[in-house]
Amino acid sequence: MSAIEFRDVRLALGGRLVLADIDFAIPSGDFVGVLGPNGAGKSTLMRAVLGLVPPARGTIRVLGRAATRGNPAIGYMPQVRGGLPPLRLSGRDFVASAVDGHRLGLPLYSRAGRAEIDRVLDLIAVRDLARRPIAELSGGERQRLLLAQALIGRPQLLLLDEPLISLDPHHETEVIDLVKDLRRELGVTVLLSAHELNPLLGAIDRVIYLGNRQAALGTVDEVITGPVLSRLYGSDIDVVHVGGRIFVMSGGRSVERDAHRHDPAMAEHREMR
Amino acid sequence: MLQYDFMRNAFAAAGIVAVVAGVVGYFLVLRGQTFAGHALAHVGFTGATGAALVGIAPLWGLVAMTVAAGIGMGAIGERGLAQRDVAIGIVLALSLGFGLLFLHFYTAYATQATTLLFGNVLAVDRRTVWVLAGLGAASLALLGIISRPLLFASLQPELAEAKGVSLPLYSVLFLAIVALATAECAQIVGVLLVFALMVGPAAAAQRLCGAVAAGVVLAAALGLAEAWAGIAAAYYSDWPTSFWITALSAAAYLAAVVTERLRRPGMLGPL
Repeated sequence: MSAIEFRDVRLALGGRLVLADIDFAIPSGDFVGVLGPNGAGKSTLMRAVLGLVPPARGTIRVLGRAATRGNPAIGYMPQVRGGLPPLRLSGRDFVASAVDGHRLGLPLYSRAGRAEIDRVLDLIAVRDLARRPIAELSGGERQRLLLAQALIGRPQLLLLDEPLISLDPHHETEVIDLVKDLRRELGVTVLLSAHELNPLLGAIDRVIYLGNRQAALGTVDEVITGPVLSRLYGSDIDVVHVGGRIFVMSGGRSVERDAHRHDPAMAEHREMR
Repeated sequence: MLQYDFMRNAFAAAGIVAVVAGVVGYFLVLRGQTFAGHALAHVGFTGATGAALVGIAPLWGLVAMTVAAGIGMGAIGERGLAQRDVAIGIVLALSLGFGLLFLHFYTAYATQATTLLFGNVLAVDRRTVWVLAGLGAASLALLGIISRPLLFASLQPELAEAKGVSLPLYSVLFLAIVALATAECAQIVGVLLVFALMVGPAAAAQRLCGAVAAGVVLAAALGLAEAWAGIAAAYYSDWPTSFWITALSAAAYLAAVVTERLRRPGMLGPL
């Protein structure tokens, strides 16, 4: 069974066509990197899997069933824009808010609920860190806390939207290793979107590259090639391999680096709203 | 001082309102919507003076107007409101203007304006205490029912949305609760000083508490202490109660900020 199946899908946001004629199937247990230029629809793709953006055409199936909002089998780590609120609230209470968070009543947790919080904190090894106020945590520590929160409810599919954003290379590696371990231990399928391919090399099984309203799914060797990326960017793209790293170049400049720094995620998100 | 009926009523009314405002205020501060509390109070002024003009108790005009405005603000959405600060500022000024006009036609009491704007807890009668208790119980009960999804939606809106929590629904419900609490606060400290009971204790509690439950309890306790100490201080000093409550609210917040700074040396920043 495929974890995610897109059949002839068209996604539009506020009248703007984001993705058209999308067809792919992601096998269960895969670790997939979602890449592409800003505004190519990486977040929109994830929100469609979550049932938050209904397809204008075609069908999306998630773990064998039509995509619907509130699917408990999906763990989701939203993009952090501008950081978490500067609260004295402990990391544990922040993570805990996701335990049965959709149910009415007081936010008091049963023995099972507390055990679930401990379980996810231990999986990421952040139980001690979670005692501290989230205002005092570094970017990397917050990302690990958010990752723990995404694991509440034992999801079979993890959607991680830009978990590497604003992390230095050392913390990037840390987060990716963590996700790799989780995938192996829990047998979950993982979709991770990122601006850069290189940190993901060696960790991911496949990549989905978005661009020009299209998507290409395959192994890194199949997708990260001049012809495929030229089609997705709509311009001539060269792919250069240097010492185990891969650079996607347009007219002699790296397309990933340019896109990275001035938090383009903000722009992408605003368009979505 | 408790031998007087009006003092007992004042302590009862202020106690009820302080607890409700502390609890509701905790979520208001957590959601970064303190401005909404302020705005609702301004709009409430029109309702209160309008009600007085047509011969209804100002409290009901206040409640009706703030709840309607709260639901309206929730429906427009926080994002929508933030982008319309000019429009909102004009609407707020207009509501105070209308309030003034209604007062102009309602010439019977000149003190009415001061009471509505700055509160007069010593004038609260026994019937009003019961009404405040009923409204307070209703807003706390409603908040209790929605508090779990509300907390989730406040801390992690996108994840909550993905898990099936309707953000607009909880935004509207919560602002309706805030509107009720604002109307209650206005009875004690007046529409202009609602911040003192609604935001001060809750903001101080959030500076001191790492856990949600402890923070809510501390916010209510701080509010209660400030309100009661304010009335007692007014009794002995003959200065207005509302002044004492605002002064104590500000002092408690300042003390919380200083305590937090001392706990982690080297961390300096804006208040």
